[in-house]
Amino acid sequence: MKIGIVDCGGANLNSIYYSFKRLNIDSFISNSIDELSQMDALVLPGVGSAGKVMETLSKKNLINFIKETNKPVLGICIGMQILFDYSEEDNTECLGLIKGTITKFNKKDVIAVPQMGWNKVECKLDNTLDGYYYFANSYFNKDSDYTVGYTSYGNQFSSIIKKDNLLGCQFHPEKSSTAGEMFLKNFINSI
Amino acid sequence: MLTKRIIPCLDVKNGYVVKGVKFRNHEIVGSILDLASKYNEDGADELVFYDIGASTYDGMVSKEWVKQIAELINIPFCVAGGIKNLKDAKDILNNGADKISINSPALANPNLIHELANEFGSQCVVVGIDSKYIDNKYIVYSNTGDEKTIKNTQIETKAWIDQVQNLGAGEIVLNCMNKDGVRDGYDITQLNTMLKNCDVPLIASGGAGTKDHFKDVLTKTESSGALAASVFHKDLIKINELKDFLRKKSINIRY
Repeated sequence: MKIGIVDCGGANLNSIYYSFKRLNIDSFISNSIDELSQMDALVLPGVGSAGKVMETLSKKNLINFIKETNKPVLGICIGMQILFDYSEEDNTECLGLIKGTITKFNKKDVIAVPQMGWNKVECKLDNTLDGYYYFANSYFNKDSDYTVGYTSYGNQFSSIIKKDNLLGCQFHPEKSSTAGEMFLKNFINSI
Repeated sequence: MLTKRIIPCLDVKNGYVVKGVKFRNHEIVGSILDLASKYNEDGADELVFYDIGASTYDGMVSKEWVKQIAELINIPFCVAGGIKNLKDAKDILNNGADKISINSPALANPNLIHELANEFGSQCVVVGIDSKYIDNKYIVYSNTGDEKTIKNTQIETKAWIDQVQNLGAGEIVLNCMNKDGVRDGYDITQLNTMLKNCDVPLIASGGAGTKDHFKDVLTKTESSGALAASVFHKDLIKINELKDFLRKKSINIRY
């Protein structure tokens, strides 16, 4: 099995690569359609900002490829956010694969922005995935037709989404210790 | 609800974790990978690596150990020390660090915070602040790593906290210097004063000596986490036992 980590620009793509390596899974960081087409599944990693990620995907002509693929796709953090229609961050039109918008945490509702640290996820689909995961985000989706996991920070928000071949998580499984490993294994087993 | 973070800080020199005696004669206390792995297994929520030798050797060395840590552990880690520009930051982040922490270089060039936040996102830009109570004011000090270079910047801590937030810092580590190394408790008064105008997560640093000190700082202030070094290195407090203790005190702590 081979997993393609889509190079959406930014730094720190290696974190997710190393976490697959720890699970003995081969992964490749690439922004070439030819290479990514040969993979069994794709990961949209969460680095940078929504605007920058969409700009990079556009420059590399990857937008239609991702929209049209029927390979399993895992979107992490911003990689999950861009699956939606629109993000307030940089006023960005996103991939539009899932109906909904991404908004910013209101400083009145929460102790601090960004949300930084470990928060509890409750997964409606599979309670073996319940647990604490690592978050580092200022933006979030409140709720959607495809939200299957919820977390509270000020208010409740979508922490896991699932639609057809798309899986998204607002947290960073690659940084979430054993809970995160379980989550990634689950994704791998679904491929 | 977001849990409170317990964060061990490791001083690193040439790839080893060291303990300084009066800023010199650094004694090696362990291999960086062994200690990173131990803290990871003990349930640390995050690790900070403070590269104290960063300015004395070329960046290649730190890149190598950052990569090795990233391969090994599956919790977030932050690298502090020696990051003076975008390129330094990029090297560290590309090798697998999740955050970079800057202190004196931010004081020398505050716009660096903006540049880093703009390039990598606020969530990976931490600003470390060394603050000391002197003449009835909290004042920021720079270059505190060495007695010879330490400098009173004349900047009031409150004003600096405002400024770094405006420039895009995603987190602040407030090291209360009057408490540093004393192990008689975190500086609750200063932390509460500074938290009043802090909208980003603030990590308390300086003063940890007992488990009760952690309980106090996490119940009497809205700090997002507590950072400590020597109590963990010397095994005076074990992280898993500390976390059990804090949970029993009804503090929201990750299992």
